[in-house]
Amino acid sequence: MLELEARAEPSRLMAWASPLLAVALMLVGGLAVFAALGKDPVEGFRVFFLNPVKDLYALSELLLKATPLMLCAIGLAIGFRANVWNIGAEGQFMLGAVAATGVALYFGDAESALVLPAMVLAGAAGGAAWAAIPALLRTRFNANEILVSLMLVYVAQLFVSWLVFGPWKDPDGFNFPQTRMFAEAATLPMVIEGTRLHFGFAIALAALVAGYAFINRSHAGFRMRVAGEAADAARYAGFSATRMIWVGLLLGGAAAGLAGMGEVAGPMGQLTDKVGSGYGFAAIIVAFVGRLNAFGILLASLLMALLYIGGEQAQQYLNLPNSISMVFQGMLLFFLLGADVFIHYRLRLRRRGT
Amino acid sequence: MPIPYPPLQPDTAAGPARLVLQGISKAYPTVVANHDIGLVVRAGEIRAILGENGAGKSTLMKIIYGVTRPSSGRMFWEGEEVAVASPAHARSLGIGMVFQHFSLFETLTVVENVALALPGKPALDALARRIVEVSERYGLPVDPRRHIHALSVGERQRVEIIRCLLQDPRLLIMDEPTSVLTPQAVRKLFETLRRLADEGCSILYISHKLDEIRTLCHTATVLRGGKVTGECIPAQETPASMARLMIGKELPRCEHDARQAGSEVRLRLAGLSHAADDPFGTDLRDLHLDVHAGEIVGIAGVSGNGQQELLRVISGEAPLAEKFPVQICGVEAGRLSPGRRRRLGMAFVPEERLGRGAVPTMSLADNALLTAAHNQGMVAAGFLRFGRARAFARRCIDEFDVRCGGTAAAAKALSGGNLQKFIVGREILQAPRLLVCAQPTWGVDVGAAAFIRQRIIDLRNRGCAVLVISEELDELFEICDRIAVIAKGRLSPVRAARDTSIEDIGVWMSGLWPGAEHTAGAPLATETPHA
Repeated sequence: MLELEARAEPSRLMAWASPLLAVALMLVGGLAVFAALGKDPVEGFRVFFLNPVKDLYALSELLLKATPLMLCAIGLAIGFRANVWNIGAEGQFMLGAVAATGVALYFGDAESALVLPAMVLAGAAGGAAWAAIPALLRTRFNANEILVSLMLVYVAQLFVSWLVFGPWKDPDGFNFPQTRMFAEAATLPMVIEGTRLHFGFAIALAALVAGYAFINRSHAGFRMRVAGEAADAARYAGFSATRMIWVGLLLGGAAAGLAGMGEVAGPMGQLTDKVGSGYGFAAIIVAFVGRLNAFGILLASLLMALLYIGGEQAQQYLNLPNSISMVFQGMLLFFLLGADVFIHYRLRLRRRGT
Repeated sequence: MPIPYPPLQPDTAAGPARLVLQGISKAYPTVVANHDIGLVVRAGEIRAILGENGAGKSTLMKIIYGVTRPSSGRMFWEGEEVAVASPAHARSLGIGMVFQHFSLFETLTVVENVALALPGKPALDALARRIVEVSERYGLPVDPRRHIHALSVGERQRVEIIRCLLQDPRLLIMDEPTSVLTPQAVRKLFETLRRLADEGCSILYISHKLDEIRTLCHTATVLRGGKVTGECIPAQETPASMARLMIGKELPRCEHDARQAGSEVRLRLAGLSHAADDPFGTDLRDLHLDVHAGEIVGIAGVSGNGQQELLRVISGEAPLAEKFPVQICGVEAGRLSPGRRRRLGMAFVPEERLGRGAVPTMSLADNALLTAAHNQGMVAAGFLRFGRARAFARRCIDEFDVRCGGTAAAAKALSGGNLQKFIVGREILQAPRLLVCAQPTWGVDVGAAAFIRQRIIDLRNRGCAVLVISEELDELFEICDRIAVIAKGRLSPVRAARDTSIEDIGVWMSGLWPGAEHTAGAPLATETPHA
């Protein structure tokens, strides 16, 4: 009879192997899904997983997709470490995009080198401000930040719609719900010429390094880790729970806001009502698949970007619905949670005896 | 503890063997908790299972009661081999157990709690009559209609015992039953147990308190490191000889010389009142206390009389609305956070080690950072200096003889006693001006306990003020210069330890100290809102 037996120590090997195992199982599951849909599994695998990495341009698209995921996820990880559950990165992302757009539209065609830095600051501030609402309600009235931050996503979406259907609509835009295209000075420069990979990628990498330093090296990060691991110990040590809620939500919001800024000032070049494309939610999966640490998040965001692009490829070349990428995301998280059991338990074959 | 009752005469050949264990072993992934244990309990026998924490006593009892299964070995019940599958199975055989930690629903009445443990749906009225009957017969007075939350700890234990007795057990297992009782209540409990034994019920009595075992038990089986290291007739032994069996060496004593305390007040409680956060907690009412430099003040009391609340208020985990009721090193600190109080020179050892005093999953070096980060210069410009944290953790390990796998070992990998030594070491090595210590040796083996007490006395000799809150009266009398009692959220007058006795303090523990009558039942002087 098979039996789960608690390990004396959580397995370090399994902690790292579990995401890899989950990816492997997802691939196997994916092949089965392709086969069940009447597609050649090998062809499906090639289109879904190899097309997105076949040349420099494809790779640059992959990194472009991973950029907002990285940014959102590293910010969320800081809060998640302290059990501050910010589920509303999607809304903070949109408010960051709105704030940056506001700056871009205000400067219009001005050729100032200060426009982009101002947009970066505005993006971070916009996201942080949106995250400040759940922080305030949580610390003042003990309102659950999971619900508040999630609800604010829908408020943010409606706010963006109102802006692009109303006051910010491009007068020459044939009534499409979008703003004017940003001027040259309000658009992020490219990292690699001839691709769409913009400077936001460098910002995201810098955020990962900063996130690593904060979580693993700073006293504030240590305090948050303690709070997440043992709330009573944090109280005993005198670490302020209120401060941790603020830091967790504000940093998460700022990072998501930066990601939103990167989207409007990068590949989109304008604000539309489609600005929120689920990055903020996907980043929650990225943060957990990446084990809430910077290096893991780097890898997990690349994987998640691969799933997004693979889904688009499957739609284009295999005639499969785009939601196939959601199926893969779901399988990945499912298998990860399953594999994580073996961090704390091992499987034992046990003979029945008296 | 001197309890003026004559030890019973040993009487081992009295009855037939009721329970026999042969070669019982239990292995967990990391440790062998029981190894080849043999045990015979006869009808009407009170047998002590004596051993330090971690000796394997609880594991053995859980095997007998069907909570866990042995890895190997045989168990015979009244001559027939049995494999106890579950506690319900054990109860149907006639085995009852009273756990150290009670399993009662606070919001239900006594009779409802008892009914829950019985098979079927007993009629409450009839059951209440049976409860009264049993309680009168064994001298366990309890009102079946009262709610559990309104009962004292001693009364709750009576409910647990009555619940067992209603099922007519032929073997009763008592796990450390006296740790929550006053000396007087202990005496009552022993009378009950003797009466049960006289009627033929066998009793397995688990304890590490040598005096109690000498007073109560006919026979004793001594466990050390999961093995039986000896059997004895307690009445024929001295505490020292039983201690040798239990810990394998002489019982260590602390050196505590009387000395003059300094005049400087390091901790002052000035009319401290505080409403408990927990609806079943204890409100603190108008507490006054001074702790001076160079003295150890002890607060005795049965658990659940406000110790938890008092500790949280002093440590800052439950800050007050006003500043003056808690004064630390001359500063009115009632509203300060624990971190700010630490900077005033206070150190604090909480009673829960894992999860409060230390983060279970973190290394000892990280746990050094928990409270010593600023005091020991482990933070520079907001960043951690891991080298310093490791060095400080190393000092705690070396100077407090912590047995562990080094500074990288996770806190939860340490045994309770070793983790306690680490936490006490971490607090003492920060050279505090005031040390507040809750249950400094709870669940710690005898050797480590003596070591910790000695280090606390050494700290006091260096001029630190120490407040110890403990339920172990022996411990308080061993180390304290002055002693007070907390009962129902009120604090008794403070007495010099050498001018009082365990008996007096025992009486005070039920709330009866000179002058107590005048204030009993008075409403809270000031309602303190809690954040």
